[in-house]
Amino acid sequence: RILNKMMLAGASAGTQRTQSPIVTGTSVLAVKYDGGVLMIADTLGSYGSLARFTDLRRVRSVGDFTLVGGSGEYSDFTYLMEMLDAEVRDHRMEDDGFVATPESIYSLLRFSMHARRNKFDPLWNSVIIGGRRNGETFLGTVSMIGTAFEEEFLATGFGGHLAIPIMRKHWRPDMPEGEARALLETCARVCYYRDCRSINRLTLAKISDEGPVVSEPYQLETKWDYRLFVQPKAGAETGGSW
Amino acid sequence: EARMLASARPRGGFDFSLCGRNEVIRQAAAGATGTMPRAMKTGTTLAGAIFNGGIVLGADTRATEGTVVADKNCEKIHYIAPNIYCCGAGTAADTEHTTALIASQLKLLQLNTGAGSRVVTAMTLLKRMLFRYQGHISAALILGGVDTTGAHLYTVWPHGSTSKLPYASMGSGSLAAMSVLESSYKEDMTEEECMELVKEAISAGVFNDLGSGSNVDLTVIRDDQSVTRHRNYTTPNDVGPLRALVQAPSVKTIPRGATQILSQTVTLSDVQVEVEGMERLST
Repeated sequence: RILNKMMLAGASAGTQRTQSPIVTGTSVLAVKYDGGVLMIADTLGSYGSLARFTDLRRVRSVGDFTLVGGSGEYSDFTYLMEMLDAEVRDHRMEDDGFVATPESIYSLLRFSMHARRNKFDPLWNSVIIGGRRNGETFLGTVSMIGTAFEEEFLATGFGGHLAIPIMRKHWRPDMPEGEARALLETCARVCYYRDCRSINRLTLAKISDEGPVVSEPYQLETKWDYRLFVQPKAGAETGGSW
Repeated sequence: EARMLASARPRGGFDFSLCGRNEVIRQAAAGATGTMPRAMKTGTTLAGAIFNGGIVLGADTRATEGTVVADKNCEKIHYIAPNIYCCGAGTAADTEHTTALIASQLKLLQLNTGAGSRVVTAMTLLKRMLFRYQGHISAALILGGVDTTGAHLYTVWPHGSTSKLPYASMGSGSLAAMSVLESSYKEDMTEEECMELVKEAISAGVFNDLGSGSNVDLTVIRDDQSVTRHRNYTTPNDVGPLRALVQAPSVKTIPRGATQILSQTVTLSDVQVEVEGMERLST
């Protein structure tokens, strides 16, 4: 306990410890399909319960083979992206034939996130890394404390509760791109319905043998007019409401 | 009328008579852990949906005590009236006793008025009681039924708020169930489609939520107020076949002569035994 107190006190008086996030992004969802990975996230940056920034790009490409999506504190995500872009740049400057691969980016993030957690100063993000290189598809996730694993389909935040059950039921290996996109959009729609900190403005990204592509923001179709939602509930004849 | 329901009606205000007893228990347990004994919770996935012709209610069958499964096949869909059923999540004792109490009150009302029970009546009795207890009764319910005004589905929360909905889910597995309901619900389903939907919603909770598990129960209440209860509608976690694989019948039935007899000695005992008259146990 004494050691913990010493560590929390910090090495110097000016040290800041991230204890709670300020501007946050919600779920990121991703699935492997026949030919690569699809990844989707909305463009909202929440300031607590305020929908403050509506054009944050939380799914980005890194190098020629990888997509990285992040939820949680947006400033930490930006920092991670700058670190990864520097990594890609450094490889190119070395000009020794080595490139930033999906696996190397995953390993770098895994190490960095865990190292920060060990200093009690975590990067408050859950990151999903998706990649396609040499005919092999990669999909992995790293959490803010450095927990990392690879899977066929992934989701961060609320998506873990809302999207993963649907993915577990409907995903199968080597899905065609159209089906995989429909599955992701079904999951994203449910997340928009049931996650308070979300908006209906999403970016969809794809990594395939043709390289990374990140779409411009678009909207999903939603249904709010079921009869039983719309018709008046309070009334003596039909029964009360809340 | 008023006198008939007096025993069920509270004296007024809040009843704190159990606080003293709670404190005594807390003190007594202080030597061990200093915490109150854990209530048995139902973890739970509950779901309900309205179709063109009635309502389907569904529930899983796992009851948990902390991280241990206390009951692998409990019943969470409770009878309220012949045409009204209620799924319960939260503390098992609270859901059990609250639904039984309201069922009793509804029966008395039905006898007094001669009319069938209405779902909104059950909902109102539940919310008034739960609000009085300020959320200390941990009962989160999905109440559904068909009465003379039609099919109705309500969610009732422990603090006493309610929602009137076409489809609903409650419990720790409610997000998993709701994801299925949100992606697959449509208006004017048939009974079979609705049963399939609710079964899938509960199954999503059973397999994706650790507080829910075992089997799926369904109850169908139709517009003509007929009810079909499908206890253990599906049993996707049956370990019977697995158990059968590891059973070794040869251990249980050892044939005569399997053990070799090396030698045999017979000695008559010289102890005298007298059997006196025995007393019959009263039955």
